[in-house]
Amino acid sequence: MSTPSVEPVPLPAKRRVAQLAMLAFAVVIVMGAYANVGLAIDKQVPAGMLTYGLGLGGFMLAAYLVLAKFAPWADPLILPLVTLINGLGLVVIYRLESAGMPGASATNQLVWTGVGVVLFTVTLVVLRDHRALQRLTYTAGAIGLALLVSPLVPFLGKEINGARIWIGVGGATLQPAEFAKLSLVVFFAGYLVAKRDVLALAGRRLLFIDLPRARDLGPVLITWGFSLGVLVLQKDLGSSLLIFGTFIAMLYIATQRTSWVLIGILLFVGGATLAGLVFGHVQDRFTVYLNPEDPALYDKIGGSFQLLQGLFGMGQGGMLGTGLGQGHPELIPLAFSDFIFAATGEELGLTGLMALLMVYALLVERGLRTSIAARDPFSKLLAGGLSFILAWQVFIIVGGVTNLIPLTGLVTPFMSQGGSALLANWILIALLVRISDTARRPPPQAIQDEGMTQVFQR
Amino acid sequence: MSELTLLLIRLAFLAVLWFFVIAAVGVIRTDLFGSRTTPAVAGRKVPKAVKPMVKSRKGEPRQMVVTGGPLQGTTITLSEAPITIGRASDATLVVTDDYASSRHARLFPQDGQWIVEDLGSTNGTYLDRSKVTRPTPVPIGVPIRIGKTVIELRK
Repeated sequence: MSTPSVEPVPLPAKRRVAQLAMLAFAVVIVMGAYANVGLAIDKQVPAGMLTYGLGLGGFMLAAYLVLAKFAPWADPLILPLVTLINGLGLVVIYRLESAGMPGASATNQLVWTGVGVVLFTVTLVVLRDHRALQRLTYTAGAIGLALLVSPLVPFLGKEINGARIWIGVGGATLQPAEFAKLSLVVFFAGYLVAKRDVLALAGRRLLFIDLPRARDLGPVLITWGFSLGVLVLQKDLGSSLLIFGTFIAMLYIATQRTSWVLIGILLFVGGATLAGLVFGHVQDRFTVYLNPEDPALYDKIGGSFQLLQGLFGMGQGGMLGTGLGQGHPELIPLAFSDFIFAATGEELGLTGLMALLMVYALLVERGLRTSIAARDPFSKLLAGGLSFILAWQVFIIVGGVTNLIPLTGLVTPFMSQGGSALLANWILIALLVRISDTARRPPPQAIQDEGMTQVFQR
Repeated sequence: MSELTLLLIRLAFLAVLWFFVIAAVGVIRTDLFGSRTTPAVAGRKVPKAVKPMVKSRKGEPRQMVVTGGPLQGTTITLSEAPITIGRASDATLVVTDDYASSRHARLFPQDGQWIVEDLGSTNGTYLDRSKVTRPTPVPIGVPIRIGKTVIELRK
């Protein structure tokens, strides 16, 4: 038997100092942006700068302390990246509010950010081991579906701006689909872990792809049916695309089979074409997408006016932007929610937008990295699915605003004004942090000399 | 506030924004090139005691990589602690595989070598082609097969 080594085992670094420094950096950038807005509009540093800056800084410090206590091994970059995006969103909303845009309210958004941090904390404290979620696979699926269809319930559901995706509780409105997507990712992860082998192995080979068996198509067809249901009944193009795309991506992660992706794309294109032929609102979106410059469409209500205003704004911004507080993003309808990306583009230009997209990309990279580092299949799929849904959401809305794909009403994660999306995304980040904590935690250390029995400190 | 000042502020803000991105990438860098886990202070205190140890460790594996099976790509940095592999959720490497037992095999370091030991699994553990019947030293780069999962030690 070897003598126990006195040298403590070297552990992977927690990098807490780096995390705190990056967090402070993000808060300083956000405060600088506030000052910039004030200097440009009123020629003085705005009085609210300290309130907003310290408010955001306080929330993030709280989140950092929670992280250090309950998930010390978590990835050091996730929180600072989210802080920067959330803070820039606040600045743009503040800027639109000071331009007198009705509906924009930075104070509301700051309060929602605080509630988001509270939910982040609650998730981390309550959910000590995310693998407990695997036992709730089908419960999560049921909750997700219930949330998704809840706006269709009479008296509870509300139709705003043509989409029936809201429920009213008391005086407040809520978008349950935002929370449904988290539930559904948990369900997909648990389901695919159980059924992965049959989906990945059974089937036969045709030309160059492995085709699955016909009976294994069931889950894909069911999810497809539900996405189409959302599309048709709630007129919510965004959520429909989001859920179906995430399912296909997770199916691909689980099985490594290209045929699932091809089947998914074919099903979606088929479904969308069918929906386009039968339902007016899908058709309208498509016409706008193909010919936004058409004067008739521009003048039509629900036509391409909003899209073109966004494009004009980004064009006005050019490479370097007009500078914070010096453009006219308030001319874009809904610039504080769906079109916040265009408003940011006008004032920060391509250079700023690329930096913003890089921050999103780094966030997704950290999520996928967590997925690679995770040691059990459920965590891998969950982390992969959560990162993908974040990336996919950014792609759908940014693609829509820049007219790369037909516009669908989705929020830009962490930036757009709106409580439901912000809260749901903070919970998403808490889940990612929890998984990354488990994945990066070093293996249990033996606390005594090796012998017949071993005692582990877990 | 003159135009020029605003222009300078604008450019400075964009530069700072990109600096943040670069700083974030700097934090990630350790992912790509590995991190120096020994704290600098400890290294300064006992430089002589550490140095020969590091030297003698040169031939030792530093990480375990899953090269085949559903968990392909996972790496575990080796420390002094033993690694358990199996379907049990408290194993270091959790495999979901019908051919693996809940506590399938164990890897532990001894005298500068890593030893693989089968923990009475149903379908056995294979080191390269041969079945592991008693604790066997694992050379670097030789595949260990557990059910559908293949792992190997790397420097």
